[in-house]
Parts: sequence; C-alpha cells; structure tokens
Amino acid sequence: MSDLAIAAPVRAKRLPRQPRFAVRRLLPWLVPVLLLLAWEALARFGKIPPYILPAPTKVMLTGVALVQDGTLIPDIGISLLRAASGFAIGGAIGFGLGVAVGFSRTAGLLLDRTVLMLRAIPFLAVLPLVIVWLGIGEGAKIFLVAFGVTFPIYMNTVLGIRQVDPKLVELGKVTGLSTWMLIRRIILPGALPSILNGVRYALATAWLALVVAETIAASSGIGFLAMDAREFLRTDVIVLVIVIYAAIGVAADSVARLLERRLLAWHPNYAGETRR
Amino acid sequence: MTEAVTVRGLRRAYGDRVVIRSLDLHIERGEFVVLLGESGCGKTTLLRALAGLDPIDGGRIDGPPRPAVVFQEHRLLPWDPLWRNVSLGLSEKDSRQLAGAALAEVGLGDRLDDWPRNLSGGQAQRVALARALVQQPQLLLLDEPFAALDALTRIKMQSLVKALVRKHQPGVLLVTHDVDEAITLGDRALVMREGAIARTYAISAAANGHRSHPEAIELRDRLLADLGVGADA
Repeated sequence: MSDLAIAAPVRAKRLPRQPRFAVRRLLPWLVPVLLLLAWEALARFGKIPPYILPAPTKVMLTGVALVQDGTLIPDIGISLLRAASGFAIGGAIGFGLGVAVGFSRTAGLLLDRTVLMLRAIPFLAVLPLVIVWLGIGEGAKIFLVAFGVTFPIYMNTVLGIRQVDPKLVELGKVTGLSTWMLIRRIILPGALPSILNGVRYALATAWLALVVAETIAASSGIGFLAMDAREFLRTDVIVLVIVIYAAIGVAADSVARLLERRLLAWHPNYAGETRR
Repeated sequence: MTEAVTVRGLRRAYGDRVVIRSLDLHIERGEFVVLLGESGCGKTTLLRALAGLDPIDGGRIDGPPRPAVVFQEHRLLPWDPLWRNVSLGLSEKDSRQLAGAALAEVGLGDRLDDWPRNLSGGQAQRVALARALVQQPQLLLLDEPFAALDALTRIKMQSLVKALVRKHQPGVLLVTHDVDEAITLGDRALVMREGAIARTYAISAAANGHRSHPEAIELRDRLLADLGVGADA
C-alpha cells in the first residue's frame, strides 16, 4: 500500500550505460514470476497446507466460481461505492477548508490549528467511536473513509495555494484580473500539482480506511467476504480478497496518475513520457 | 500628442525612510523615456507606483488605471499555452486572434499553442512584450526587461521594442542600468537620485542611431558621471 503514496516526479537522467529495452522491460518481472511459480509448486506438492496458503491457481478458480454464483461482483460494487462516497465527502471538505485557509489569513487563524489537531488523531483510532455513533451500517464506513481523506487533501491544497509564485499573482493584478479570474487563471492552476499529489495520497488512505472498516464491522462488501471466509477457514477466498484490494488500489493510483498527466501536461516533470 | 501619464509631487515612504520625495514626471504618448539611477535610488518604487502595485503616500498620478508592464522576468504562466498567456487580460471573444496577431508581431506567430517551457529566454521575453502590447496600452512600463538576456539577444530585443513602440505609440518608461541601452532607445533620459529626478537629457535621433556618434559619446560620459562612474571608467 505504501508505494501508492510515493510520487516520482523527477525525470531520471539518462545513464551512460543502459540495458537493452527488452531486458529493461522484463527484468523487473522476473522475481515476482519466480515467487509465484515457487508458491504454486510448494502448494501443489503439499509442502504448504491449503488452509495456510492455497495455490495461486486455486485462488483464481475460487474467484471465477464466486463471480459465477453472483456474490463477488455486488460485494466489490458495494466496497467501491463506499470508497467513492467517502472520498467525495472527505475530498470536498478538505478542499473547501484548504481553499479558505489558503486564501484568507483570518480563515487560517480561525481553522488551521483545529484541523491540525484533528489530524493528529490516527484516523483508525476513531473507529470504535464511529461504530458506537453510527453502528456498522454504511454511515460508519463512509465516515471513516471521509475522515482519512480530508486531511491529505486539506494540507496539500493549503500548501499548493501558498506556494503559488507571488510574482505571477502580481502579474495577474497588473493585468487587471478580477479576484475570481486571479483564482481561476493563476492560483488554482499553480496549486494543482500539490492538490493532485494530495489526491493520490488520499486515495491510498481511503482504501486503507475501507479495508479496516469492512474487516472489523460489515455485513457486505469484500472485507465482509474475507471475514466470513475466515469462519470457514476458506483461505482461498481470503487471499482472493487481498488480491482484489491490491488490484483496485493499483487501479485507483493509475487513474490518479493519468489525471496528473492530463492536467499537468504543461509541467516539465509530467511532460511526455513519465517514468515510474 | 496626448499625454500618457503625468505625475505631480509624488511621495512614497516605507516607515521613516522616504524613497520618493516630491517627484514630477510627464510622458507623452509615443515618447520613450528612460530612467537611470544607482541601485536603491527609487527607480523600481516609482515604476511600481505607476503600475498601481504599491500605494502612494502623497502627490498624484494622472494616467491610465492599468498601464502594461514588462518585468525583468517574463512571468509567463507555465500552465497556459502562449496564446492564453498573451490574452490573459482580454475579455473579447476573438482573444485568440488578437493574441495571434500580437505573437506574430514579436515573431512567434506560429507558436500559439506551444508551452512557455519550450521557449528560450529571449523568446519568453518577446511573449511578455506581446502580452503587454495586446492591451493597446496608453502607458508601457518596462522594468529592466533585457537585463537577464545575453548580449546578442538583448540587441535584437531592443530593436524589436523600438519598432513596436513606434507602431503602437504608447508612452514608455524604461528602467535600466545600461547607459548604452538608454542612449539607443530613449527620446529622453532621466537620472534619478535620492528619490527625485536629478537630471534630464534629451536624446537626439543622431545619438539613437549610432553609439560612436559624437553626441552619443558625450551623453554617455555625462550619464556615467551622473551615475557616479568617472568619464574615464
């Protein structure tokens, strides 16, 4: 999960000696493939009991079976919906507060300390309280996701707005831009790289919040699927859920990365081919 | 001729420190005025006051509420293609056409959709000039716009500015450290000292024309002496 949060904005310099293209593309995959093959072999030949770790092929087949009997897809849908709602709510709050604090000194004095105090709470620590308040229904999960998302978005929005080059703001004033146009043409575009960085970080947080919330208290969703499977020692289903969580996390990060590349086409660090 | 700006009794102070004391200045449209002075004499403060960027503490400025400014740095918005940069302050529907025409005037008419990061320093400064001229300003303020350019680019930029000023006829106030630049471009040179205009020189077309013209040589010596650099330096 942690690698989702790491941006790689700096284009690497071309090294004098570069391995050939095919080698460069394939070599990073060698170790994962070998590990997978080893896992498969060890499970097949009974060196690892299936209740500890089933073979990868078995996990795949379980996945196919769960799709066919119509339980997996709705559960994934419910989980995604929770993550999306929580992200939208937390993102809107974080962005709104961030814009207010970034622009207005008064708003900064009034709000910044409070938000930073709330941020000091590890967001998972509020889970028991949330369950008391909202039970184990949808509200609790959405609340937890929103709570986790608010702060990275808030901090990066404030930072981005404060980092906008004051010389460009001055230019905007000389050019006679209205306050609204100044915000739209100069301040928000200038803050966008930082805001998008916050979005990427928040996506990882949202996903983590969802996994925890669904694992501890849920009656649907893929986290519930895994906990339910635990009761029956269905290790294959548990592994499948872990893989799905990972896959969706990677997919979300790719979307964020695509967004960066589209919106920051002007930025030298994101221009053209970006290296991971 | 109509006036571009008139300043009477301008005063500007930061706390106890008076930066501009009772300054008078008049610039006609089409007139190219160059402002010289040692660092800290108040040149930039005057320009910022004329640009409306800083408040004034006394006197009055009768001029356009919004003169066009070209700064030492190009200050292009890196997230906007060139035509969006040039049309920044325009509200007209055909702002792309206007920006295109302005870019063509500075020799970048084929780069409308290019990004600022693909420009050289001189090109970027030409875009900044186009952005200033597209407003059809009554008064054009130039704050050492050539200072960061290499020598050859600077010479080209100077003749471009001169040609475009002749065409659009704004009143120009150019702040510079470069005495030769002042003699080449200016109709009038002002030497500022301790917050006031200490000397004024008219510059003839002959002196504009060639740096080895006797008038140009004489003026250079006098300006250098005014700026505290000996004539033999």
